[in-house]
Amino acid sequence: MLVGGILVITRKNPVHSALALIVTLLAQASIYLMLYAPFVAGVQIILYAGGIMVLFLFVIMLVSIDRSVRERQFNSQWVVGVIAATALGGLFMIVFTKGKNIFPEHALPMVENDNTQKIATMLYGQYMFAFEIASLLLLVAIIGAVVMAKKRI
Amino acid sequence: MGQIVQYITSYLSSNQTPGAAGNMFWALVYIMLVFAGLSVAVIAMNWLERKILAHMQVRLGPMRVGPHGLLQPIADAIKLLLKEDIMPAEADGLIFWVAPFVVVLAAFTTFVVVPFGPTHAITDMNIGILFMLGVSSLSVLGIVMAGWASNSHYPLIGALRSSAQMVSYEVAMGLAVVSAILMTSLNATGTGTLSMIGIVQAQQAQGEWFIFKFFPLGLIAFFIFAVAMVAETNRAPFDLAEAESELTAGFHTEYSGFRWSLFFLAEYSAMIAVSSIAVTLWLGGWLRPFPNLLNNSTWGLVFSLCPGVTFLFFAAMCFYNAARMPKHPLFRIQTIGLAGFGIALGLIGLVLFIPAVSMRIQDIFWFSAKVAGFMYLYIWYRGTFPRYRFDQLMRMGWKVLLPMGLGVLILTASVALLQQKLWHP
Repeated sequence: MLVGGILVITRKNPVHSALALIVTLLAQASIYLMLYAPFVAGVQIILYAGGIMVLFLFVIMLVSIDRSVRERQFNSQWVVGVIAATALGGLFMIVFTKGKNIFPEHALPMVENDNTQKIATMLYGQYMFAFEIASLLLLVAIIGAVVMAKKRI
Repeated sequence: MGQIVQYITSYLSSNQTPGAAGNMFWALVYIMLVFAGLSVAVIAMNWLERKILAHMQVRLGPMRVGPHGLLQPIADAIKLLLKEDIMPAEADGLIFWVAPFVVVLAAFTTFVVVPFGPTHAITDMNIGILFMLGVSSLSVLGIVMAGWASNSHYPLIGALRSSAQMVSYEVAMGLAVVSAILMTSLNATGTGTLSMIGIVQAQQAQGEWFIFKFFPLGLIAFFIFAVAMVAETNRAPFDLAEAESELTAGFHTEYSGFRWSLFFLAEYSAMIAVSSIAVTLWLGGWLRPFPNLLNNSTWGLVFSLCPGVTFLFFAAMCFYNAARMPKHPLFRIQTIGLAGFGIALGLIGLVLFIPAVSMRIQDIFWFSAKVAGFMYLYIWYRGTFPRYRFDQLMRMGWKVLLPMGLGVLILTASVALLQQKLWHP
């Protein structure tokens, strides 16, 4: 996953970056597997690596890349970047080492046989409202995209 | 040494898949078997497609290479291996090289969960069907990479069209699959399963194949999946992206020799993979016809004779055609070859009559027979239907199949709920 992430930001050719992002997403799916969440891993592969990245690649390939490949890539704010990355990384380290008591009631059950059933029960039971709001959000996004792309309404 | 032998033989008495039993050696053996079987199936499909298409078009097909063209696929394979390997000058080398591998990888990895029997799968994941759909959607990426890396107009347009088509019909496929998975939850505990073996066992427990359940809802869901799977694998009548007269072979124009044969292998493997999904979800997987209705031992005996009878039938056809060969001295080798092939098939058929072998082969035979039926349907569609234009294709995917899929899903859920409330309060 680290190799994929580094390749995403260092490649000059945007298509190579997108392919490295696909590798990163597949590695993330395997991390989900290692966390005993097979359903999330499967859905990650279907939607992210197999759907969203395909559309990314469409856009990248249809927009002319000759110009962007030949452009000089610059990095003049690297000091601020390093400071921000160190701060974020430090925050992650602190939470990981000292923050084990932040979410005590959501400890992983470590059994993966009914991961799908448990997700379904929670998603359609306790978090039903959030689920519906999220789907409404996606609907608004789709309608917005269609309205912007249509020639006449 | 004794430990190794014990490790190998300890699996033989368990009734789980090698993946579930954690046995690495037998998992590798199964993988090799599935790989070999798949390769033989692709070679057979090549010959069958040319012959069946030819007979549908009232001509004979390949007749020269072996007896009735039986050695034609081998000749094709040798030709493809010996062709010059061209890479276009401006092509992106790494991506051009990787694209066929990604497509083949995605097509072959789906076979890890395909259930040939209750324990005859390489492994049985809890998310089996989700895994198959996900990995087969990775082949879209390989096609996009192939089209872009060729750095030429026809492949790029072909790749973009092909991947747009595949992504659109994946949605319809997903909805049809969801409505079949819904039917697995109509049992005592009320929980369904996503594992491929669990789906077939749910059909066995509920006593009917899902294609006949809640008639006609199961049938419509099966129909939606059957159409979407033909579009998903870029086969006729949805093969605009790779048809010779339209786009000069689309995304694999610039590929020659072995690289093209990898695309070809991946296409046929993907066809077999989505047919396996259809067979598992709707046609009862490895179950023989009427598993619960005709349950007494005589029917069991009759159905267990089917594998052997099938191979003996093929052997009889070989002998009949060998007898019909022209009695010219130049045809002697072909006649002897065909008769030898017939004898080999007959011996396999006789071996399949032995009860010990027949018991183990039953499930695999019925599964393969149903998938073979689907392959014949694929070839039939290619010989019968005219090609869809690309905008008609996209219109059908989004405006016809998607609403139908949603409707079937809603109706299936409502009927299932009514059934639970009215008959099992």
